[in-house]
Amino acid sequence: MNPKLTQKIAKSLLCGAVLLTSVVLFFIIFYILYHGLSNVNWNFLTGNVEDLGKKGGIFPTIVSTIYLTALSVLIAAPLGIGTALYLTCYTEENLFTKIVRFGTDCLAAIPSIIFGLFGFMLFVIYLRLSWSILSGALTLASMMLPTIIRTTEEAIRAVPSSYMDVNYALGGTKLQGIVKIILPKALPGILTGVILSMGRAVSETAALIFTAGMSLRVPVSMFASGRSMAVHFYSLAREGISLTNAFATASVLMITVLIINIVSYLIMHLFLRKYI
Amino acid sequence: MKYYKEIIIEKCIKLVAMSTISILILIIFFIFRQGVPFLVKYGLPNFILGQKWLPQENIFGILPMIIGSLWVTIGALIIGVPIGVACAIYLVEFSGKHTKLFFKPAIELLAGIPSVVYGFIGIMVLAPFIRSNFGGSGLSVLTASIVLGIMILPTIVSISIDALSTVPLSYKEGSIAMGATNWQTIVMVLLPAARSGILAGVILGMGRAIGETMAVIMVTGNSLKIPSSALDSTRTMTSNIALEMGYALGDHRAALFATAVILFIFILLLNIITMTVIKSKKTR
Repeated sequence: MNPKLTQKIAKSLLCGAVLLTSVVLFFIIFYILYHGLSNVNWNFLTGNVEDLGKKGGIFPTIVSTIYLTALSVLIAAPLGIGTALYLTCYTEENLFTKIVRFGTDCLAAIPSIIFGLFGFMLFVIYLRLSWSILSGALTLASMMLPTIIRTTEEAIRAVPSSYMDVNYALGGTKLQGIVKIILPKALPGILTGVILSMGRAVSETAALIFTAGMSLRVPVSMFASGRSMAVHFYSLAREGISLTNAFATASVLMITVLIINIVSYLIMHLFLRKYI
Repeated sequence: MKYYKEIIIEKCIKLVAMSTISILILIIFFIFRQGVPFLVKYGLPNFILGQKWLPQENIFGILPMIIGSLWVTIGALIIGVPIGVACAIYLVEFSGKHTKLFFKPAIELLAGIPSVVYGFIGIMVLAPFIRSNFGGSGLSVLTASIVLGIMILPTIVSISIDALSTVPLSYKEGSIAMGATNWQTIVMVLLPAARSGILAGVILGMGRAIGETMAVIMVTGNSLKIPSSALDSTRTMTSNIALEMGYALGDHRAALFATAVILFIFILLLNIITMTVIKSKKTR
């Protein structure tokens, strides 16, 4: 066959794959929003769950989701950023960094259900935290670490090393250089990683069922059990409790995920254009 | 005084850097402590080759679930890999700047959609479609493969893009200068050069597919027999853990942890293979 013709056919097939992927993405978003958005209103967002979710709103699950996400970010961000700082600024490549990288890669590959079992054994049973927001957040934080470490490391490596040379030349110490030059420069990249890992916390289900529990009440403290939106949606959809409410909850979930992705995208692009 | 502070902070950061490896060790410790004694007591061959899972009669064989996991994962790869690699090639070689600007966030969004939503779309749209066009209940290996195939697309696309864009430009220029078309260059030069990177993406995607739980529970139907066709219902290792953990006690619970041990070892092996693949690329 004529090579030019082959190329044309191949190109249209490849283009077809891109189109197919985009269509799938838009179909998922529109399908959920089309069926669910009409039932999302103020009463739904601020109402209590009634009759296991058949009636009423999803207010407690929204509170639990925010609580879980915020707490897990507070735990994971310092650990993740610290690890990335150590890997980039405080050491040469050696056995220890190899081990840390291996640990990070393995942690990223572990399925969430195994995190769930681990959180259940360590936090819920061994440390006697029972099913609680804190157990859930600690489990989520362990899952988020690899994302935060990787994006932070990339962001720090993108800062030109000459900046640090200038810092030393002016008599600045290592810590001053890191705090005043490297971290501010790398901030957009770090934020993107943190926000994307928040998305992971919002959409997680398997790891939360056995750690944060299924309580439908508003969690009053971090030692109370709480059901996140994703877990609530799973129980609505799988147990066939209410299709209307399942679609509405899914819409809220999808909008949250959309906002998280758009914000991280904007931060990355606005800051990149401005600074680098 | 100033240097004192520097040293303290450096020590703290070094301590923090141990967090991932400590978590990994804790995970291994807590999962294995529950699962391994059971494996020793019940016998590893009995456990992974046993064809019956009857917890109330103390019979724990997970062969049907291992086969279920493998079928679903292979199906996901058959669907996800060609589409994913095709997307990556188009984006790196043929697309304009605007397509790239649109598609990269789109892929990230696809990765951000909760797995329960994928499962829900699977039950609401895909399962009825497969039921009416191919027969069966609709909750089947095929449905799960399609859902998982879409879910692993982001991993495969983004890692393949990285692999293709790191191929030195001179390779491509050389091929074009010899009179090859773009497509010939892609097939004969770029893909072989990016092979190990793409393979790493495929293996990572495989890990995601085998570890996925919630979406799979929703679309496979969860029956306990070994599937004989793509339209049969099945149950994977992960869904078995999630479905039964809520009420399992004693040996039953230990058996679920033992399933997690098997899954964990499998994922660890996949990860080590990926790392060797990537390393062999670097040394070459």
